[in-house]
Amino acid sequence: MSLITDPNLDSPDDFYEALIAAHDGLAEPESHALNARLVLLLANHIGSLEVLREALAAARLDAQSAPAS
Amino acid sequence: MPDADFQSRTFAYARHADQDAATPARRPVVVVGAGPVGLALAIDLAQRGVPVVLLDDDDRLSTGSRAICFAKRTLEIFDRLGCGDRTVAKGVSWNVGKVFLRDELVYRFDLLPDPGHERPAFVNLQQYYVESHLVERARQLPLVDLRWKNEVVATQPRDDHVVLTIATPDGEHRLEAEWLVACDGSRSAVRRQMGLESKGRSFRDRFLIADVRMAHDAPAERWFWFDPAFHPNQSVLLHRQPDGVWRIDFQLGWDADPEHEKKPENILPRVKALLAHSSALRDAEFTLEWASVYTFSCQRMARFRHGRVLFAGDAAHGVSPFGARGANSGVQDADNLAWKLAAVVQGRAPDALLDTYAREREAAADENIRHSTRATDFITPKSAASRLFRDAVLTLARTQPFARTLVNSGRLSTATTLRDSPLSTPDADSFDGAMQPGAAAADARVTRADGRDDWLLRQLRDGFNAIVGADGATEQALRGLAVDGFALNVIAIAAAPPDAPSPDTLVDRDGAVARRYDLRRGGVVLLRPDAHVCARWRAATRSQVAVAMRHALALPEGVAR
Repeated sequence: MSLITDPNLDSPDDFYEALIAAHDGLAEPESHALNARLVLLLANHIGSLEVLREALAAARLDAQSAPAS
Repeated sequence: MPDADFQSRTFAYARHADQDAATPARRPVVVVGAGPVGLALAIDLAQRGVPVVLLDDDDRLSTGSRAICFAKRTLEIFDRLGCGDRTVAKGVSWNVGKVFLRDELVYRFDLLPDPGHERPAFVNLQQYYVESHLVERARQLPLVDLRWKNEVVATQPRDDHVVLTIATPDGEHRLEAEWLVACDGSRSAVRRQMGLESKGRSFRDRFLIADVRMAHDAPAERWFWFDPAFHPNQSVLLHRQPDGVWRIDFQLGWDADPEHEKKPENILPRVKALLAHSSALRDAEFTLEWASVYTFSCQRMARFRHGRVLFAGDAAHGVSPFGARGANSGVQDADNLAWKLAAVVQGRAPDALLDTYAREREAAADENIRHSTRATDFITPKSAASRLFRDAVLTLARTQPFARTLVNSGRLSTATTLRDSPLSTPDADSFDGAMQPGAAAADARVTRADGRDDWLLRQLRDGFNAIVGADGATEQALRGLAVDGFALNVIAIAAAPPDAPSPDTLVDRDGAVARRYDLRRGGVVLLRPDAHVCARWRAATRSQVAVAMRHALALPEGVAR
């Protein structure tokens, strides 16, 4: 089992809208906290440490080149 | 005709005998607004034998290029209206879009990856050309009575007609319409006069459209930049039009001063910055053709039917420009309404059929507004969290294929599938593929008995059409079927050339009909007069098809005629 990076979401636009809506009305610290809880929930759902390490590495890879704002 | 003349072309006002009538003349159908939607509707009604008065408050075509992206479905409707070829010949065809983050290509999409369609995903063409093609087509039809400089100044609905007060250069007169269709745009006068509203969400952002003319051969693609170096922290969209004109759409932000931004001396540096950014365009000479600063709302009327008054196009609903869902959805409104209104006017279907226009196109408007709102929220994030995820998606899109599906620079207009349409007969068998009840018929290449290639959609005729997986017996059983004057045209499709070639059987040379419609031998896909699927069967009898046709006409079931 390795990290799926090809499209795998049932309905990408529905998911994205729901994700943004989940943050409605939250101040920045609350948004951060929501994201942290979300990462933990999804990590538990994935379960595999190997997959999670791959995801962490992929997310980290872009950390230096991400837009600054 | 030189292009400049198209823009300045005017149409002569002519005094009509109705203006001198002692009592107001009564007309079966009056359409207000000779834009793409009103013109398409008037042509469609006339082709179906309904006389139409088409009123326009002006005497010229659209000012500026305005709607420039005409979708495949619109082109297929224009084919039926007799001006698809001209529109495609003049337009710039394109299927490919590219999305850039800063200077880097992060995502490329092909809107028509599966070949075998006569029409491209889109043509880009200035709205005034499209209107001019439609006006010329309308003028060929004696049943279209196109009256320029006729401004509706009062609308009074009655139980079985509508009284209009119309201002012309010769003063005011009254006209009665048994049916009135308002296609008079986002600031609809008819809507306002009836005390109705189009409601929704306004976006606090401003955009600048600059149409520039330059001699250059960059590819015909849609290019979209997030946060480009030449226009930091905003988005830019570039599109090619005919006549060497390029549409550039700059996001400006809410604080921009529209009067300041509209001035050529302020536009030119923005365009130069874009051109300087591209090695291919750096030295291109250009002139400014047209510019406009705009804001937009995503909104719609609660109901598109109010008794004898129907609303279509921007009068009924509004979207952001991202996705080209304005004019294209309006033409789909006209396509949906024309056959229904013709059937009701001609006494061949009950009034209730018009309620299904409202229901189907209100649902379509919701879908368009949803897509348009999502694209706008992605392009111009409204919260810190939204911005954070937008930037994360764009960053990941460079290396992670999944993230590219989340990049939303506008989900481009396709035909709306009329899910849950009351006119559809639910499937009794199980099927794959997109051609479910409510879907607009997909095209495919077919081969005729004489060996020539043709297109599936070119085989459609007025009334209902049945695409049949040829087995001899089924097409035989269905031939000659008609319901209330609506004939059924049978299109027999064979997987391979038949042993005894029938002049009427078409060969599915690429297997695309079978694949797109999940059609097998003996199967039937029934299309209603606007070429949306309304029923399908693995095997069907003549009476089953007749019942489905009656159902699609909102007629009571089980009454044989």
